[in-house]
Amino acid sequence: MLGKLTWDAIPFDQPIPLFASAIVILVVIGTVAFVTLKGWVPYLWREWITSVDHKRLGSMYFLLGLVMLVRGFIDALMMRSQLALAAGDSHGYLPPEHYDQIFSAHGTIMIFFVAMPMVIGLMNFAVPLQLGVRDVAFPVLNSVSFWLTASGVLLVNISLVVGEFAKTGWVAYPPLSELAYSPGVGVDYYLWGLQISGVGTLLTGINFTTTILKLRAPGMGYGRMPVFCWTALASNLLIVAAFPILTATFAMLLLDRYLGFHFFTNDAGGNAMMYVNLFWAWGHPEVYILVLPAFGVFSEVVATFSGKSLFGYRSMVAATLGICVLSFMVWLHHFFTMGANADVNAFFGVLSMVIAVPTGVKVFNWIFTMYGGKLRFNSPLLWSLGFICTFVIGGMTGVLLAIPPADFVLHNSLFLVAHFHNVIIGGVVFGMMAGYTYWFPKAFGFVLDERLGKASFWCWLIGFYLAFMPLYALGLMGATRRMEHYNETQWQPLMIVAFIGALVILTGILCTILQLVVSIRGREARRDRTGDPWDGRTLEWSIASPPPPWNFSELPHVEGTDAYWGMKQAGRRAEAQPRFTPIHLPRNSSVGIAIAFFASFGGFAMVWHIWWLAIVGLIGVTVSALVHGWIIDREFEVPIEEIVAFERQRLLERP
Amino acid sequence: MHSLWQSGVLDPQGPVGAAQKLILLDATAIMLAIVVPVILMTLGIAWWFRSGNTRARYWPDWEYSGPVELVVWSIPALVVMFLGGIAWISSHDLDPPRPLPGGKPVEIQVVALDWKWLFIYPDHGVASVNRVVVPAGVPLRFTITSASVMNSFFVPQLGSQIYAMGGMTTQVNLKADRPGTFPGLSAQFSGDGFSDMRFPLVAMPQAEFDDWVTKTKGAGGNLDAAGYSKLSRPGTIAEPITFGTITPNVFDSIIRNTVK
Repeated sequence: MLGKLTWDAIPFDQPIPLFASAIVILVVIGTVAFVTLKGWVPYLWREWITSVDHKRLGSMYFLLGLVMLVRGFIDALMMRSQLALAAGDSHGYLPPEHYDQIFSAHGTIMIFFVAMPMVIGLMNFAVPLQLGVRDVAFPVLNSVSFWLTASGVLLVNISLVVGEFAKTGWVAYPPLSELAYSPGVGVDYYLWGLQISGVGTLLTGINFTTTILKLRAPGMGYGRMPVFCWTALASNLLIVAAFPILTATFAMLLLDRYLGFHFFTNDAGGNAMMYVNLFWAWGHPEVYILVLPAFGVFSEVVATFSGKSLFGYRSMVAATLGICVLSFMVWLHHFFTMGANADVNAFFGVLSMVIAVPTGVKVFNWIFTMYGGKLRFNSPLLWSLGFICTFVIGGMTGVLLAIPPADFVLHNSLFLVAHFHNVIIGGVVFGMMAGYTYWFPKAFGFVLDERLGKASFWCWLIGFYLAFMPLYALGLMGATRRMEHYNETQWQPLMIVAFIGALVILTGILCTILQLVVSIRGREARRDRTGDPWDGRTLEWSIASPPPPWNFSELPHVEGTDAYWGMKQAGRRAEAQPRFTPIHLPRNSSVGIAIAFFASFGGFAMVWHIWWLAIVGLIGVTVSALVHGWIIDREFEVPIEEIVAFERQRLLERP
Repeated sequence: MHSLWQSGVLDPQGPVGAAQKLILLDATAIMLAIVVPVILMTLGIAWWFRSGNTRARYWPDWEYSGPVELVVWSIPALVVMFLGGIAWISSHDLDPPRPLPGGKPVEIQVVALDWKWLFIYPDHGVASVNRVVVPAGVPLRFTITSASVMNSFFVPQLGSQIYAMGGMTTQVNLKADRPGTFPGLSAQFSGDGFSDMRFPLVAMPQAEFDDWVTKTKGAGGNLDAAGYSKLSRPGTIAEPITFGTITPNVFDSIIRNTVK
């Protein structure tokens, strides 16, 4: 009846996971009870859960990423504290079977459930506004994407309480991830969680590629698109091209684990290196799926806070697309030590370095954007400056790792760990924080507390250097990644410094949470009624904050890059007589949450081999989609009176 | 500070590691020549063009300059061409299977087990677990496989690591210039006992090495089917052990059994 699921799945004998599970369950029950008692459920259901508005979905994506950042960071703190303790004869406080789950969960969560939701959240929020349109191409599909991602998050978090998570590292290389070496449910949680959320991500890719290619305001040719939209286009093209590889690879591993296939086993003709190749054929483009939109954010922020157009627009676009194409040609650099011949290694090494050319061009163009500007050092610009200085160091160590013989001594060491945190924290996280602070007033109509924002930035910056510079050194001393204890007591002081660095980053995260609380409480005082708090350049700043559900009461006419800046320069906002027409908007839809509801049960059932429930889940997903297909009345009309009233009110409130 | 770098890749004890250290330092120096000015330029320009600085020129429409674009593309392109050349040549010079000069190498077969390392000396007829003894100043040829999951065979002070993969063999040629004990490890996560997959590589003068072989032969222990099956069970071992005799072609039969 319940497959492999028994009471043994609950970790009664292990105090740390049991305690963590209890806290998670209490927080979830507490939140649900609070929301229900306050009577907020109908509001949440109507305005958020079933919303197909890209702005709402973007906000929910980003919030999901922030919440999971806390979860993934707790894992990081446990790893750093374990290694600060486990020198010489001491084996720390985490046994290997527990430590292995923690670093696997940390990597999986930070990539798939922190970085991806944040990046997709910002694209959701900003791309349609920057393009000057009223929604994405497929609004309901957008909601399905979000809820499938949430379903994956749910499965990965359930593994904390019921059963275990993968003990294979976030890459889950076979044969270690095969049934023979990982007989538990950990790898299955990993695979089903990522398969379900992966479908959501692929749908996002299709949705945004279509949106950017087919829906743009009148006059917005490709040569006038904001650079953030260009990077979003490149990122989504990569999603469409790369995620099916991951899904197919995981499907093969699932067949190995569930039906006794031998794609990646040692025996019967399987080949584990096939998995490694396929994984990184997705994995390297994934790096650029994350970092290209961050580059886009920096391009917007640097131009806005310099009060200048972006320098070298065409170079920026060319560099973005160059990186997009090149990112598919370098995957082998993740395993030069596989034993490929010198020609193969050298080819992939040189191509990997070539990516440094367009990236370097971008860095120079941001610098020249600032040249001749009038810089306002608000926190989004601080994040951008911190990014440039940090990212070039990460780029340098990346080029170092791209030299195959250098990689032979650095591969899998803490040097490598320091390198990718250098580019992911310095690039993606800083970019997301810049974008979050930059677009928050547009999304909610009030600006975030600037002092706490700056405090968060300095904590992240200093914490990053404290946490990861020692890791570069330790890697050169021969310390490898994923070790649970080490004999070299002389490494311990550096490990302690790295732990302190993690605590400083923790302070930064707490500042961000506090910033949100403080800003919400004082929102009336920090209300922005102009809709344009930063003296922005792109179309999203031309409308009210928060924007109405229809975004643009009248679709803008675009006459150049930096469309809104041009309008402000020409002073055209005041004179033009608006001509409103009724607007058609998609109705709310519960199909997203319904599909995710059944997919979660289906995934959980597959993990535990509860076949009847898996069939129920599959039928539920199919029926939900079919029912949606039969709904004909999917749009409603916003009458002109409502639009006129909204715009009149806005004019009255404008300072 | 010096003792900290000992046992790491910046304290090489053989020609492969020494060449790799040189590449690391050269490439870093070349890139720092760009990276440091870029960081200074970023901070300098940002500070000079702060909105409060009345002496700074405001040039809101300066968004394109052909000469600047040319320089901007050329600098990274030239650096990458130069480093790409280093990468191409060194990939071939330091290709792990490429034999090292200095005569016939000592053959050592390496098997990654859960969670220990088995070193077989086919020409000497002995084997050792979790401790590899080699003559100093003589080329060594390691042929590596795994009897279970992936691992990576790595002695940081000698240089190049290479994966140990089930059913496959990889090769790496290394050399220890001087006698000494150098830490070795698995650099690819392989499960619960991974952190204990450490082994010392002991390099000794040729005469002492020959003595070690003789003593090992005398100390008994037989790496036959029964001995191997006991050894290959998952688990760690506290102290290194040796085998005085081995079944011929035991390495090949391990590979065959892994893929069966």
